[in-house]
Amino acid sequence: MKPWQWLVALLTMLRRRARRPRGGGSGPDIASGATAPPSRERIVPAGAPDRRAENLVLVLLGTASLFALGFIVVYDQFSSGALPDQLLGICLGMCLLCIGGALTVVAKRLVVTEELEDDYPEADPEQQQEIVEMIHEGGSRFTRKRLLLGAGAATGGALGLAAMTPLVSIGPLWDTGPLDRTPWHRGLRVVDEHGAPMVAADVDMQTFYTGFPEGANMEDLGAPVVIIRLDPAKLELPAGREDWAPGGILAYSKICTHAGCAIGLYRNPLFPALEPNNALVCPCHYSTFDPYTGASVIYGPAGRPLPQLPLMIGTDGYLRASGNFSGRVGPAWWAVREQPT
Amino acid sequence: MMRFTHRARSSLPRAVALLTFVALAAAGVAQAQPQSGIVRPTTEPSTPSVALGAQLFAGNCASCHGIAGSGIKSPRPGAGDIPGAGPSLHNVGALAADFYLRTGYMPLGSIHSQPGPEQERVLFSENEVRSLIQYVASLGSGPAIPRPDPGSASLSDGQSLFLTHCAGCHQIEGRGGFVTGAEVPPLQNVPATRIAEAVRIGPYEMPRFSTRQISNTDLSSIVKYVLSTNRPDNRGGWSIGNLGPIPEGLVAWWIGAPLLIISCRMVGRRRRR
Repeated sequence: MKPWQWLVALLTMLRRRARRPRGGGSGPDIASGATAPPSRERIVPAGAPDRRAENLVLVLLGTASLFALGFIVVYDQFSSGALPDQLLGICLGMCLLCIGGALTVVAKRLVVTEELEDDYPEADPEQQQEIVEMIHEGGSRFTRKRLLLGAGAATGGALGLAAMTPLVSIGPLWDTGPLDRTPWHRGLRVVDEHGAPMVAADVDMQTFYTGFPEGANMEDLGAPVVIIRLDPAKLELPAGREDWAPGGILAYSKICTHAGCAIGLYRNPLFPALEPNNALVCPCHYSTFDPYTGASVIYGPAGRPLPQLPLMIGTDGYLRASGNFSGRVGPAWWAVREQPT
Repeated sequence: MMRFTHRARSSLPRAVALLTFVALAAAGVAQAQPQSGIVRPTTEPSTPSVALGAQLFAGNCASCHGIAGSGIKSPRPGAGDIPGAGPSLHNVGALAADFYLRTGYMPLGSIHSQPGPEQERVLFSENEVRSLIQYVASLGSGPAIPRPDPGSASLSDGQSLFLTHCAGCHQIEGRGGFVTGAEVPPLQNVPATRIAEAVRIGPYEMPRFSTRQISNTDLSSIVKYVLSTNRPDNRGGWSIGNLGPIPEGLVAWWIGAPLLIISCRMVGRRRRR
């Protein structure tokens, strides 16, 4: 049978059903329910026939069928690249929507519903007393009741503790050391995202690089650094960091100290006399850090500077770390601000 | 002598913007333009030449870029008493001149505005642009106009490289955005050569990428990816601005979720007690 024949058959069947003689009952009166045997009392009150709701269901189902057929047509056409695939989704979606609408109309306007509720049985005081006595008398064989109860409580407590132990894995409870540990240490080479060691002489001004510790896990929060080269004469790094930027090459943690996004924006003026000065900017909330002054915050929600990684240039010319970060790497946690490690 | 020449553009919003601009310019809005407008020799030769470029430069560019492109470090009054300052053009080559003149970023209306999307209008004729490019190229030994070859490049490499170097500011589909203190232009309908030039120059606040960081092959791949964002493949049918997960999430939460709540309320029934 072809799809349209199915549709005709369905419609014919529905028409016949609609033509069938039905009882004279047209009100919600229980006694007049003609389709039920007269000897039995109806459970659900007979509802008034609602031809309009039925017609609506028919229209919705018919539309759903048309959309389903539309899906087939579109699929057929789409294979030859004639129609956009969005039509497939629209057809299927509208078909399901119409079926849903039809079912909703059936449930809300055609099926008569009746709620049945049983009253909760009233309490019998004699029965209650009996149960209390049974419990009381059932304990007659125990000689060390308290000890047994205590043992039970102890077991319950131990089991509870055991269930709670995995919570420790969620975060450092006593040992906050891992928050301060990073893969960097003195002498470690800086590599690029492909693992190739970075040569200090190749670090250009006017641009920025992402560096990682050689051989360490790149996904580690403390691993990625932003590497830039600025004019050494213009640097105003905090005291004690005089030799942290050999040749003006600076490395700052790439993780924003506000929400932990990657510092992916580098502002580099072509004509510094008139244009905003160099800055490292976080794309998430536009925290802006001044690389000349140790990545101090000049704009945005970040609460502390980006931690700086001290650098040195090895005798082989490779860029190496000469120590660990100046502060804690990563987003603000527990309102950590300006706290030195 | 005031004359404005423009390249014809097809799209309606641009045409409207252009008409508005012409109207404003005709009304003599001095702030938007150097007060004297574009200065041209009275008898302009019809073929591009370094000599014509030098004349145009002296009349239209020198008050900011200095005599013979030597640069002016701090603002000082130039033509029409408008303060002028600008970088030296020695050794910037044909590349930079081609970029700034053909994007319409130069000449700049005010030294304090960003040479960017808002300045976008070409004020010189093709003949004049070529002459200026030849002249600026003659000021030193700068790079030539790049010739990216997106035809033979790799789109997937381009996307990966764009994600690494460019998407931070320009967004993943090159729709542009902001960085504190500067506007990041969208990259749609930009010719391949302009994209390649911008990467090598680093206009305004953009970083500059040398061939050591992005090779010419990689640059061609990036250009191919950027060109592909002109007609992105919107699988879902609705691009939502091609801005990425934030508008998509907003649609899910502000359109999808209310629709679900409304249909739940329509299908279900509140139980009365």
